[in-house]
Parts: sequence; C-alpha cells; structure tokens
Amino acid sequence: MRADLEIIQQWIPENSHVLDLGCGDGELLAWLKEHKNVSGYGLEIDPEKINTCIEKGVNVIEQDLDKGLSNFANNSFDVVVMTQALQVVHYPDKILQEMLRVGRTCIITFPNFGHWRCRWYLATKGRMPVSDFMPYTWYNTPNIHFCTFKDFEALCHEMQMQVLDRLAVDGLHRNSLGSRLWPNMLGEIGIYRVARNVVKLA
Amino acid sequence: MAHVFPENSVGLVSPKVARFDQPLALACGRQLNEYEIVYETYGELNEQRSNAVLICHALSGHHHAAGYHSPEDRKPGWWDACIGPSKAIDTNKFFVVSLNNLGGCNGSTGPGSRNPETGKIYGADFPMVTVEDWVHSQARLADKLDIQQWAAVVGGSLGGMQALQWSISYPERIRHCIAIAAAPKLSAQNIAFNEVARQAILSDPDFLDGYFIEHGTIPRRGLKLARMVGHITYLSDDSMGAKFGRELKTSQLNFDVNNVEFQVESYLRYQGEEFSGRFDANTYLIMTKALDYFDPAAVHDGNLAKTFAHAQANFYLISFTTDWRFSPARSKEIADALIAAKKNVVSVEIDAPQGHDAFLMPIPRYLQAFTGYMNRIEV
Repeated sequence: MRADLEIIQQWIPENSHVLDLGCGDGELLAWLKEHKNVSGYGLEIDPEKINTCIEKGVNVIEQDLDKGLSNFANNSFDVVVMTQALQVVHYPDKILQEMLRVGRTCIITFPNFGHWRCRWYLATKGRMPVSDFMPYTWYNTPNIHFCTFKDFEALCHEMQMQVLDRLAVDGLHRNSLGSRLWPNMLGEIGIYRVARNVVKLA
Repeated sequence: MAHVFPENSVGLVSPKVARFDQPLALACGRQLNEYEIVYETYGELNEQRSNAVLICHALSGHHHAAGYHSPEDRKPGWWDACIGPSKAIDTNKFFVVSLNNLGGCNGSTGPGSRNPETGKIYGADFPMVTVEDWVHSQARLADKLDIQQWAAVVGGSLGGMQALQWSISYPERIRHCIAIAAAPKLSAQNIAFNEVARQAILSDPDFLDGYFIEHGTIPRRGLKLARMVGHITYLSDDSMGAKFGRELKTSQLNFDVNNVEFQVESYLRYQGEEFSGRFDANTYLIMTKALDYFDPAAVHDGNLAKTFAHAQANFYLISFTTDWRFSPARSKEIADALIAAKKNVVSVEIDAPQGHDAFLMPIPRYLQAFTGYMNRIEV
C-alpha cells in the first residue's frame, strides 16, 4: 500500500463507515474493506481511476469535490479522508467545513510548502519550486492552493477544528527525527487527524 | 454459403414463449388470468444457476436484445453493443434472459392479443400495467426458468426503473442492480412529453377509442407524431446539431409548409413512419403511463432512501452528460438515496454527446466501465 495510506489506515477503526474524497484508484478503501471490514464510498472524477476502483469492487461515486458534499448527511461517516487533494480544490476551507459536517473525524494529507527545499528553491532561484515531488510548473499545476503546516494549523484554529493527531513525514513517508523536531521546515507531507471542537459550556 | 456473424455476436437466436395460467393481480386492480411472455436467452445457465442476468427493456424495446433472427437480418438485437461473447454482458460468463414485457406488442400478451374470456382483441380493454406489475411477471418467468436469484438485473431508461423495482420488490432475488440512464420518478416535464405523445395517438381518428385492430385500421398519424416528439427527447441538442444542423433536403427554401425542407424534418418523419408501422398504439399508451406512474418512493412519503432500506443488491448507476430526458442529476438522486441508506453503490457519469440514446451506443468509456463492473460479478 502507498506509504501515506499505510499510516492513515492505523487511524481508521474497524467496521467504520468511511468517505474518501479523491479516492484515486481506491487502494485505501479496498484495503480497509478487506482488512478492517470498513464500508463507505470514494469520490473521484478521473475516468481511468474510477475504472480501477470498479475493478477492485470499491464503491466509487463520480463526483467533483469542488461542487461540495451537500448530498451527504451530517455525521453520516465515522471518518472522512482526503489525501493529497486539499491543494487542488477551489475552496480548501469550504471542503474542510464540509468534511467536518459529514464526518465525526477527518484525516487530511497535503504537501508542506514550508519545507526547506521549497524555501531554498524560492529563495535562491526566485521561482516557484519544481521538484520530483511537485513536478508541475506554476501555470499548469493542478495544485492551486499550497500551504505550510503553520498555515494549515492557523486555519484549523480559525475554523475551531481540533487537531487530534499530526504527523510530519518526508517524501518517503518516514517520520524522521528531523520532521518530528522541526516539522514545518523538515516535513514534506502533513498527515492530520482533526475533529470539530466540542464547545464546552461552563 | 452460410452467413458469418461477427465473432462477438451471440449469432442466430430464436424467441421462446412462456405460458402462465396463474392469475396475475395488477396494480390497477384488475388481473390477467392467463398470459404469455416471449423471451430470448443467450449463453448457458451454469450448474449452480447463479449466472443469470435479466435484461429489462425500455419504452419501445422488446425481447430481441442481441444476435440475429435470420442470416438476412440487417441489424442485430437492440442491445447487441453490450451483450455477446466478450462484450460488457459476456455471454461466455452469463446466462442472459431478455423478455418482452406484458402489454407489449412484440409477442407477449398485450393490447393486440386476443382476450381469452371474450375471444376478442383486447385493444383499449387491456389492463394498465405498471413497472411493479412487470417485475412480478418477470419473477414468475424466473420461477419458470428455475432461477432463484439473478446475478444482475440490468436495464436502461424504463428498463433501469424495472431493475430498481426488482431491488425493492425482491431484495433477496437480485445480487446486482444496474440502472442506466434512469430516474427515480418522472419529472413534470417528462410527463408532459408523454402526454403530448398520448394526445397525438388519442386524437387520431383511426385510433377508434383503442379498438382499431378490430376495425382493420392503424392510427399511424398519431403513432408517428408520438414517436417524433419522443425521439426528440432521446437526442441531445448537440447530437442533432452535429447530425443535421440546418442542412436542407432541397437546394433552397421553398416557402412551403407541405414539403420537407430541413434534413431534421426528413429524419423525424422517417423515424415516425417506421415506428408507426411496427408499434401498437395501445402499447405506447400503456408504456408511457407505466413511466408516468413509476414512483417507488411515493409509499414512503417520497423518501427514496427509506424505499431502498431493505434492498440487498449492489447498485450500479450509469448516466450520460447530455441526456436531458433522464439527466445525470436524476441518477444522482438515486445514488444519494442509496448512500443515505448505506447501500453498496457505484455511480458514473459518462461524457457522451448522444443524449438519452447514449445507453444503446458503443461509447468506449461506457463499455469499459460497464465491462469492468460486470467482470467483477461473482457467479
């Protein structure tokens, strides 16, 4: 399994009902169904990936995340997952809001634009970073909303989201000492588990 | 020399007739005491009897879904694009059953049949049949063929509605429900188009209150108009534009209302003419009414999720972007209800210019997505 999915699956309880936003070829859902008796759906818009989902027996729904999740009821999923899609949606804050409405907990992964290599590239070349990990040029990239870990956490705070778990990993999804000590500089990918903040009445 | 059919064709097929003498109670309150259902089968039923697939036809469809009736046939069955060896519904794997619904005009008991009680042609006296009635009659056909459970029930348009109804009426008898270009119920606009078609038939002087066969006439003008208006709704603006545009049949405008001027007029007239020669007017009325009446959620206060609460099937919904008769939004209504009911569902929206008729066409992504799903069905 893809390394980030290997980390994520540990955060998904057995028998839970899961919604996977931008589920790709359905790898996570197929694995969860087989090993953890997890039910649920994956949303995807790429026809080839949808086909792979179908062949794997994954419940795939052709749906564009940018059109929202209004067809899903409040609290209808135990976990809503979105891997490597936060940076491609038109309104990251709105989709996060929707994820929190639909699911009890949410797992989100995204690339860290605050990683030292991005900073170095921008600082020394004065141009938008292009790397193996983010191979697109600025004008043809699907990644339209880059953020850093700090940016994301600021948004979490603003949206009254509770960060339950966080893991900064390198490009190979290793949680190295460096990315533990100084995540916003040395972590390449952020894996966050969040929930709505329960407002406690005094 | 023997005629050679394409390698992926089921080849030469012949219809069979199943006779039923147990009364079938209908939604309208009447019953059919005895009736016949004409059907075809393709492929072999396996030993476990677990590989049967039921094909449900749409408004003007029938039992002849694949293959050829004679080597001279110009065209194969209506869904030959999807049924055959190595096709989406692979007849090397599945035993396919395709029938003509009750009330039809292609061999099953319908308005053109003789009422055994009166000895006369039914005509307008043939009882109104609904999607639910059809599903019950199909279940009896399954009994007769000793098929306890369908591996899949598959249909497009009105056929998709029958597939959905199967999952509701006989949840334990269907493993996969495949509804293509379908809707959970008709919209006011859909009913309106049907009503125009019906009025065209009813107002034809040759309709004779539905007893035209007895009088040796056919309400051809009415049927032709009904088909013309229906046909417009099966095509998209894009596909009509691409096919006909504003092309003229004549070299110039004639300033004359009596003659065909635009290609599209010629096409529609041809379609209408051809249809009026092969279809029964009463059947058309019944089929359009069955469409109008279909609303399985009505008994659950319109709650479609509740309607599917007891369904056990895995669902597969396919829609087409330019279909405005049963648009992708209508399939989405079904998908959303199934999601709310926590059922297994796969839903795809195929980008296709052909409108509603796309479900009959060999569109690469459609065939691929259809085949992919059928391949994973365990038999």
